[in-house]
Formats: sequence, structure tokens, C-alpha cells
Amino acid sequence: MILEMTDVCKDYFRGKIPVPVLKEINLKVEEGEYIAIMGPSGSGKTTLMNLVGCLDVPTSGTLKLNDVDVSTQTEDQLAKLRNSFIGFVFQQFHLLPEMDARDNVALPLLYAGVGLKERREKAEEALKMVGLEERIHFKPNQLSGGQCQRVAIARAVVGKPKLLLADEPTGALDTASGEQVMEIFSELNRQGITIVMITHEPSIAACANKIYHIRDGVLTADR
Amino acid sequence: MRENIKLSLQGIWSHKMRSMLTMLGIIIGIASIIAIVSTITGNSEMIKESLIGSNNNVVTVSLYDGEWEYDMQYSSNPEGIMPLDSEFKDELEAIDTVDKVAFYNSREYSDNSIYRLDTSFTGGIYGVDDQYFGLYNYQVINGRALLQADYDNFRKVVILDNTAASSLFPGENPLGQVVEISGEPFTVVGIVSQTKSVELNINSVSDYYTYANTSSGKMFVTGAVWPMIYRFDEVQKIAVKAVDTDSMTKAGKAVEDAVNEKLGLTAESQYQFKSQDLLKQAEQLQAMSNSTNQQLIWIAGISLLVGGIGVMNIMLVTVTERTQEIGLKKAIGARKRMILGQFLTEAAVLTSFGGVLGVIFGIVTAKLLSKIMGIPTGLSIPSMIIAVLFSMCIGLIFGFLPARKAANLNPIDALRSE
Ligand SMILES: Nc1ncnc2c1ncn2[C@@H]1O[C@H](COP(=O)(O)OP(=O)(O)O)[C@@H](O)[C@H]1O
Ligand SMILES: [Mg+2]
Repeated sequence: MILEMTDVCKDYFRGKIPVPVLKEINLKVEEGEYIAIMGPSGSGKTTLMNLVGCLDVPTSGTLKLNDVDVSTQTEDQLAKLRNSFIGFVFQQFHLLPEMDARDNVALPLLYAGVGLKERREKAEEALKMVGLEERIHFKPNQLSGGQCQRVAIARAVVGKPKLLLADEPTGALDTASGEQVMEIFSELNRQGITIVMITHEPSIAACANKIYHIRDGVLTADR
Repeated sequence: MRENIKLSLQGIWSHKMRSMLTMLGIIIGIASIIAIVSTITGNSEMIKESLIGSNNNVVTVSLYDGEWEYDMQYSSNPEGIMPLDSEFKDELEAIDTVDKVAFYNSREYSDNSIYRLDTSFTGGIYGVDDQYFGLYNYQVINGRALLQADYDNFRKVVILDNTAASSLFPGENPLGQVVEISGEPFTVVGIVSQTKSVELNINSVSDYYTYANTSSGKMFVTGAVWPMIYRFDEVQKIAVKAVDTDSMTKAGKAVEDAVNEKLGLTAESQYQFKSQDLLKQAEQLQAMSNSTNQQLIWIAGISLLVGGIGVMNIMLVTVTERTQEIGLKKAIGARKRMILGQFLTEAAVLTSFGGVLGVIFGIVTAKLLSKIMGIPTGLSIPSMIIAVLFSMCIGLIFGFLPARKAANLNPIDALRSE
């Protein structure tokens, strides 16, 4: 099981009062699955994603990645997990403005300790996969939103992660760019990457094999 | 690491203005330290050179009344100190560390005994023997030197150095003109100048007086006529030229002992001949200027501290500004240590760069100072290296707090901030 959440709760504190954001989430994702999580704004989607991505810890419940309970892991081990097991795609791309596309893509490999030459080769390969082999030396401000998101996807998969987490990857894009991104996701899923995608657009969610809904912190499976 | 340095340099370059302002404190601090150190180095070299080297390896041996050099101005002529004759001079020159010896009288203060028309001469007057000019490297630039006949016939002739010539005879040819010394007319027969100019370094009040006197120049008469214009058997001074710089102290001591023995003076006598210990003097002068400079270095150190705080301040702002970048890096697997390393490297690169600029500015400042104010400077490579390393340490120390703040940032908050 690549991802297994059992009774996961997350509270935020407003002053001293706990505000439950996620309520007893149970979710199992098998290797190779492609799931979409839909829900209105403020329903807790990003919070869920941060838990899965080991950027945050649950208030209660257990979260297992690749059958390992993440609460047993040290900070450095979690960093390694984020680096090589998980790939992130954000709504706002989060590319580093002073680096060109290739260096942005190569960044996770730098943290994995890969040498410069290999980093560049792999980054170029990943950019080719998203159709940006002509743009390797462009900086983010010289690229369109859709192109930026494709660079971000290349960065997410350059380290060959098992699990791709995407938080509203098309939220900031026009329809055409959004469709391009979806094609890339489908292709990645065909290659065996497990994808957990958050969106509130039904047309985008339709690309997934399985759809979940989240409302007021409660997760329910579609149908 | 190399990656980090490269990125930091890019960062510095892409925020030129801000980097410059951040580095300003460091640049000023390092520049002033380098300038001060250059001045210290230059000063010590000059002190050594002017006191020892360019004085042509000459030590003076003169009479002391206890601790103090015997002063003709205030004291009566001491009893029983015989004039020294030329046979004794040959004896002294036979000492193996001694090259040449000159006996002379001098008054390096103004006692209003010398006039040119109504103008009083405020420089020094010397009654010299035939070796004196050679010893102190004087050359005749106009007219003639003192001749044997001048000595033999007690001629009232005087030689001026170029400073005295221009102060007493501005715009005139002094040759053949008359200077009145103790009421006696003396004819100017020659102008001399020192071939190696000895630059003056004023570090004390007495240095200043020496300077003030020499600034109006020197004049020279034969030792033969000295008793006629001043007291009859005034005590002479002895200029000893050593065979080389290293044996100056030895030569001085040897002459001192020989003279004392010859005149029957012992350690118990009130009067005694002593040689000036040049190395000791040089050290004293050096210590004096160094202590002033030490204070300046403290002040420069404070400016470095302020510079360091400035760096810390800007780095904190940078960390806040780059929250998103830090969050992203953590999300894609950067460990705490790497973020810490990145920001420490940035701070260190920034301040080292500031240090390098500071060294350059310091050298330029030192050079300008030496041009404008005539302060000598010397460049010391180790001090430059230390300065740059030191500024790097400032970056590491003051960059630590901001770097730790960055490393401890919560990635979710960091990514959310938009
Ligand atoms: N760090 C936080 N502190 C307090 N409340 C938070 C924090 N993060 C999110 N929340 C709250 O949790 C709820 C869910 O947020 P989020 O997961 O971002 O929703 P979504 O991504 O579905 O729009 C919101 O009401 C939000 O205000
Ligand atoms: Mg969200």
C-alpha cells in the first residue's frame, strides 16, 4: 500500500480553542492508482495534502507511506522521503525566479547528492518529457503559466518518485494549458507513478481513476 | 558547497544595491583597518630607515649629565673634559666596527646669536671637522666645501644647507654674502644638501622641535672657529660611522667606552659619554605610534561590529522575503542543515566580498594618505588575508541567527505565504 491513512484528524488552534479541519480521514491508495480529491475552498484539501506530503503532522491517527508509519521517522528521514519518494506540484508553481528551467528541475537531485553532470542530464530528460526541451535556459518569468507548471512537474518527477502530489495543478491555468498538464499526468500514471490530485474542477477530476469528495473535513469516496 | 557559493554570488550580483549597502559597514571597517595597518607598517619601516638606514649607519656619542644629554644652553661647561684631538680620532677609527669618526660642536636651538641683516636665524649651527660632511652624506651643490686652509687660518667662512640658504636668502644668491655669528661676520662660501633626504617622522614634542629647527636649516663653520664664536673649549660630540647597520650599536658602545676611558670618566662620574641606542629609540618611537594606531583599530573594530549587525539585519529581511523559496526547498527534500549551510554561505560570501572590497579601498586610502599627507605606507599581505578571513567570520557569526531562522521555518507556513 503506497498510502494508508487511518482515522487521521487535524486540528488548528485559534488561540486555545482547537478547530478541527480534518475529521477521521480514512484513505487507502494502491500503487499505480490515480485519484482526485474534490471539495470547495476551505474544506481542508491543502491540509490533507500537507499531511500526506510529510510537511505537517496529524493531530491523531496514523499515516503510512509505503507501509512505514511516518510518525516514527526523524526530520532528516522525512526530508529524504519528500526528496525521493514524493513529488510535489503546487497551484502557484513555486519555481525559483533566479534559476533557469533546467536548474529548477535539477534542484531535488542536488539535495539527493547527485553530481552536476548527471543532474543536468536528468533535468533535460525530464524537461523533454514535459515538452520543454527547447526552453531549458529560460527563466520562470520568460515562460507562460502553463510552461511554468510543466517545469514544476518535471521538477516533481525528476527524482523518479513513487507518489505525485498535486494541489490544484490547473488552478492558475487556462483551459488549454490545463489539458496539457492533464495529458502529462495521465502519461506519468501510465508509466506507473501513483497520483493524488486535488482540484475543484469536475472536468479535471474526470481524468482520475477514482474521485473522492471532501467537505468540512470529512472525506467520502465518489459513488 | 560550490553550488552554494555560486548561487550566493549570483544573489549578490542580482541585488547589487542592497548587497553594497549591506557590505558597507564591513567595507568601511576593513578599509580603515587596512589603512591603519599599512600606516603602521610604513611608519615602522620609515622609523627604522630614517633613524638607522639612511643616516648612513651613523651613531652619535655625546656627553650626558646623569640621565640627560648635556645641554650647552642651560649648563656651564663641565670641568675637566678635555677637547679631543685628531690622534685620538685615529685611535677610534682603528676599532674594527668603526669606519669613520667625526668630532663636532652643535647648537640645535636658536639662541639669537646668528643674524643676516635683521633676520635672526632659528636653525642649527654646527662646528665641524673635515670628516663630518662625508659622514652625513652632504654634497656641495653650489660654491665650495670647507678647505684645510679654512681650518688652519681660522677663516670666518660658513656653509649653508639648502634649507638655510632659502630661508635666509630667499630669491638671492647667498654665495659671498655675509652672516653675522656672535657679532662676527662670516662669508657664505658654499651650499650643501644631503643626498639621501631623511624624511621626518614627528611622534613627540621633542621630535617637533628638532623638526622646527631643521626646517629652518643648518649652517656649518669650521670646528677651529667655534671657540671664537662660542665658549672656548666646548664639549664636542662624536659622530661614529659603523662599518654596517648591524654593528652600529657595537660601534657606538666601543667609542663610548674609549672616550670615557680617555677622559677618565666612569659610571660613577657625574658626566659620562653615552652613545644613543638607535634600535631602542626606533622601538620606542614605533611603540608610541602603534599605541595611537591600536586605538584606531578598536574604533575600526566597532565599525566592523556595526557592519556585522547590519549584515544580520539584512539577512533576517532576506529570510523573511524568501520564505517561499525556503518552504519549497524543504518540500522537495532539503534538510535543515542544507538550508542552514546555504544562508551561512551567503552571509560569509557577502562579508568576504565586502572584506575584499574593504582591502582594496583600504589600500587606495593608504596610498592617497601617503600622497596627500606624506605618511608612509607599507602593504602587508598577511594582514590583508587576515582581514578577508575575519570578515568571513563576521558573516558566519552574524549570519548564524538568520540562517537558523531559515532552517527552522515551517514549510507549510512558508508555502502558504502568498
Ligand atoms: N496554519 C493554519 N492555522 C489555522 N488555520 C488553518 C491553517 N491552515 C489552514 N487553516 C484552516 O483550515 C481550513 C482548511 O484550509 P485548506 O486546507 O487550506 O483548505 P483548501 O485547500 O481546501 O482550500 C481553512 O478554514 C483554513 O482557514
Ligand atoms: Mg488549498
